[in-house]
Amino acid sequence: MSIVLKHREMILVAAIGLLLALISMRFPAFLEPRNLVRVFDDTSILAMLALGQMLVILTRCIDLSMAANLALCGMVVAMLNAAFPGVPVPALIAGGMVLGASLGALNGVLVWKLNMPSIVVTLGTMTIFRGSIFLLSGGQWVNAHQMDDAFKALPRTVALGLPVSSWIAVAVIGLFLILMSRAPLGRAFYAVGVNPTASVYAGINVGRTRFFAFTVAGMVAGLAGYLWVARYAVAYVDIAGGFELQIIAACVIGGVSIAGGIGTVPGAVLGALFLGVVNNALPVINVSPFAQMAISGAVITVAVIFNARNERKKGRIILKRAQGEGAA
Amino acid sequence: MTQIPHISRAIPDRLESPLATALKSWEMLLIVVAIAIFIANSLASPYFLNPWSLSDATFNFTEKAIIALAMAMVIISGEIDLSVASIIALASTAMGFALQFGADAPTLAAIGILVGIACGAFNGLLVSGLGLPSIVVTIGTMSLFRGISYIVLGDQAFRGYPRDFAWFGQGYVWWVVSFEIVLFLALAIVFYVLLHRTNFGRAVFAIGNNPLAAQFSGIRIRRVKFVLFVLTGLTAGIASVLLTARLGSTRPSIASGWELEIVTMVVLGGVSILGGSGSIAGVVIAAFIMGLVTFGLGLLNVPGIVMSIFVGVMLIVVIALPVVARRLRERRAV
Amino acid sequence: MPRAPDSAVPRPCLSLRDVSKSFPGVRALNRIGLELHPGQVTALVGENGAGKSTLVKILTGIYQPDEGAIELDGAPISLPTAHAALDQGITAIHQETVLFDELSVAENIFLGHAPRTRIGLIDWRRLRAEASSLLQAMGAPIHPDMRLKDLSIANKHLVAVARALSIEARIVIMDEPTAALSHKEIEELFVLIDMLKQDGKAILFISHKFDEIFRVADRYTVFRDGEMVASGMMRDTSQAELVRMMVGRSVEHVFPKQDVTPGETVLTVKGLTHPTEFEDISFDLRRGEILGFYGLVGAGRTETMQALFGITRTSAGTVTLDGKPALAKNPAHAVDMGIVYVPEDRGRQGAVIGLPIFQNISLPSLRNTSRAGFLHIANELALARKYSERLDLRAAALDQDVGTLSGGNQQKVVIGKWLATRPRVIILDEPTKGIDIGSKAAVHAFMSELAAEGLCVIMVSSELPEIMGMSDRVIVMREGRIAGEFDRSGLNAETLVRTAAGIEGEAA
Repeated sequence: MSIVLKHREMILVAAIGLLLALISMRFPAFLEPRNLVRVFDDTSILAMLALGQMLVILTRCIDLSMAANLALCGMVVAMLNAAFPGVPVPALIAGGMVLGASLGALNGVLVWKLNMPSIVVTLGTMTIFRGSIFLLSGGQWVNAHQMDDAFKALPRTVALGLPVSSWIAVAVIGLFLILMSRAPLGRAFYAVGVNPTASVYAGINVGRTRFFAFTVAGMVAGLAGYLWVARYAVAYVDIAGGFELQIIAACVIGGVSIAGGIGTVPGAVLGALFLGVVNNALPVINVSPFAQMAISGAVITVAVIFNARNERKKGRIILKRAQGEGAA
Repeated sequence: MTQIPHISRAIPDRLESPLATALKSWEMLLIVVAIAIFIANSLASPYFLNPWSLSDATFNFTEKAIIALAMAMVIISGEIDLSVASIIALASTAMGFALQFGADAPTLAAIGILVGIACGAFNGLLVSGLGLPSIVVTIGTMSLFRGISYIVLGDQAFRGYPRDFAWFGQGYVWWVVSFEIVLFLALAIVFYVLLHRTNFGRAVFAIGNNPLAAQFSGIRIRRVKFVLFVLTGLTAGIASVLLTARLGSTRPSIASGWELEIVTMVVLGGVSILGGSGSIAGVVIAAFIMGLVTFGLGLLNVPGIVMSIFVGVMLIVVIALPVVARRLRERRAV
Repeated sequence: MPRAPDSAVPRPCLSLRDVSKSFPGVRALNRIGLELHPGQVTALVGENGAGKSTLVKILTGIYQPDEGAIELDGAPISLPTAHAALDQGITAIHQETVLFDELSVAENIFLGHAPRTRIGLIDWRRLRAEASSLLQAMGAPIHPDMRLKDLSIANKHLVAVARALSIEARIVIMDEPTAALSHKEIEELFVLIDMLKQDGKAILFISHKFDEIFRVADRYTVFRDGEMVASGMMRDTSQAELVRMMVGRSVEHVFPKQDVTPGETVLTVKGLTHPTEFEDISFDLRRGEILGFYGLVGAGRTETMQALFGITRTSAGTVTLDGKPALAKNPAHAVDMGIVYVPEDRGRQGAVIGLPIFQNISLPSLRNTSRAGFLHIANELALARKYSERLDLRAAALDQDVGTLSGGNQQKVVIGKWLATRPRVIILDEPTKGIDIGSKAAVHAFMSELAAEGLCVIMVSSELPEIMGMSDRVIVMREGRIAGEFDRSGLNAETLVRTAAGIEGEAA
């Protein structure tokens, strides 16, 4: 695979650079490494989730239940931590990922075995997951004082200049890079999205590939669930409410085609970073936090228009003159 | 490929009688489900079979159901509008804003409806004018519309709507018959005629089944889709008037999450999420079913969020059941 | 059953015995047998609906047979998945080469069986190298890093063949591989088939074109209505015999062209130009005339026709109909003016699959069947009945989904839909591509009838016999320009082919 970022990603890098430059003109502190690390760390959860969602969208599906999955896993690990303070944090993280993967697998099975449209399935599981949090917690919050220190401290522990949560995001991005470029499963996600019929003839099981996409996305949501509750030191029914749309927005801004088959790891990450920079810059430049929603909405709309221009297919060129090879 | 015997010059109009088709239809199944839930409700709670509580039960779904009528048409055409709940918020905010300048009830209602139409037209322009996928466009405008409400209101609320305005959401036309339910049923008839009895409705089905072939058949796809988005905007505007009048206040978080409940209602009503098939009758019955379920569970003191589990399970089961049943039949047949 | 005595029969490598497959209400294959021999091409012929595609799907692991056995080298095998079929060395090259547009050529070749490193990751370096050497061995001028969508259809075929070679397939199924290829590209494909033969592959060649079958096949098998009716050596049969076995009756395919004296000029196209697709297209079309448009695939004929129908925008030129300007802004506008278009891509552009037959037929005429915008179903049914009877449509009922009809009957619905609008000009783009012989004849007869009634017909076709048999006049297009125009009296196959291909020659 070509190491040089493609056209699309270059534009995103330039857009983020421009944004940073504009902000730093009035608020140079924003560009300080410490603040940039903070912005990255703040965006790390969104970036990971966007990668998970990208897999699903690549295979021509969509997962609306990711945020609810995150919230359910977050609540479960938080309640486990509160109930059994002795359980080591890595075991809780692993548990959260297994739970998230199973919930994702549930989506996947319904899409695979019953051939149901993913938007219907995940619309349903989204409300089921949210409702389950209520059933589990009885509507109660798990507050900071109920969680033990190791549980809360891990994401914020700084190692080699970056918080652990950022390192986790870096590791996830690395794994995704390998998955998408070097693993047969990663290539299958693309194949299924580009041409499902041809995939069948190439020996790829379309349904199963989708199942894996949902499962991996669910696993990422499980991991993000722990990171979220540990970071904000609270778990309740509505955490990450509406976040599923932010995740999809990051994908769309990052150039992932909603029609499937097109999308890259750097693209999705940059899409998340773009949103992250915008969200973090608003309070700095003294815009009311209430404007955040309208701005991300506008950004998504503009990004969609922009994507469509890029994706528009060039017609076949029949006239030789137009090809600029009149001499040939 | 189906083998068709060659019956020269005598192709019948129909494969089977309309009655047989109706009996096997999704709507018939929904009616059975609705009756079952109705009976279960009346057994579960002694308060259920009371005209006033039945009338109360309608309030929690009529506003959504009105939007579902237009949403059904959008989904049949192969598109989706996820911004409807945000249109409610923006239209309600606009009405609250106008209230500050002393607008009277009819003016408020007109403003709400016009803002709804404008939002729908904006979606329509992006989808049909620029040819963008509606799911992404409306995810964007969903944040945009509600975001504007947040900019205007922040954590504040508009209150103090006039009493005659409240009638839209709280008034009764006759005895226990509310204005909301009458409006919904009237709109249901209008949308039934529009979808099933007009050329426009036929074009919607054609586009949903095969947009390219519809275009090649001389249907003005862009125009039809634009009108559809304006219609969802219009119904969202109407719903905003009803809801604002019923609640008597506007917060930016008004009607949040409704888009998914409305889509659920439409899908439950037998509209294919992939486009091309569905009926208004199914959507209307599905609206009543969802109303009955939420109201019944409410009588049993089940909290709202648990009801949503119920709705989620119902959505999946209802779509999955026919598939599972067909699988079982095929397995037995082999 | 004519089975040729052949002393040097190589043992078949793949044989099917008594294979049956049913779908609800249909027996698609009924105890069929088939043998494929290494180093030989077996042609599978049969009308549409004879069971050919079901057979292909069974051999590629997509469908499971209800009964019967598949044997590879005498040992029974089962093909539960597409992957299993690939593992057994069975691969298919499809009608419209189903590959992956967004992926690279190299990946298209190796998708699903890429070389791996020790830890199971894809070894891109080896993958590219192997793809490169495969393509070179085939003499294909394609770089492995190119994206597939940038290749011509013919080159996509080469990639598909490379893919077949890369999985070391023993059995290669070619399902109408020439449908979208030009004359020259077809010849190149035949060279490749010879290569595959010399490599000892067994090839199943499915085609509707008899000249190709006689050019390339060693053996034949004939299917009719889900049964195998004959098989044997090509050298022992004739075109007429094959057709007779296919349709179960003797059919002489004569083109039912009625002689007409074209009337006054109806449509005039002057200097029609598109920035990149075609340039300076000018012609007249007269009342009652069938004007053929011949050319290689990709010569710009479809684009020109779609411009007349308002789908493709033009940059210059005029169109007049009955002396009035008639450059269509969109299809709806074209239909209003009386110009209608039967597209080549029937499934996606022609029939609205999912809607019943009668609604397909009434779709563009709704304004006439309805009252003040409200549907009038009885009128629609009457209209549909009228045209389905005229076209001898074969269907169970008028409210049947058009998608359940055979290709030929779908085409009749599409044509009926346009006739119901009472057009002045009807443009037919590859009207008989991929439809069975019976429907083909019906379409041809009907075209002739229409012209005799005074309709103007434009027929785009890449099939020489059809062009020569049906046209009053032929315009040949090459690379987006008109390369020649011929009267019916001056039609000559060789000249047409040379003009289309741009070969300077003594014949011209």
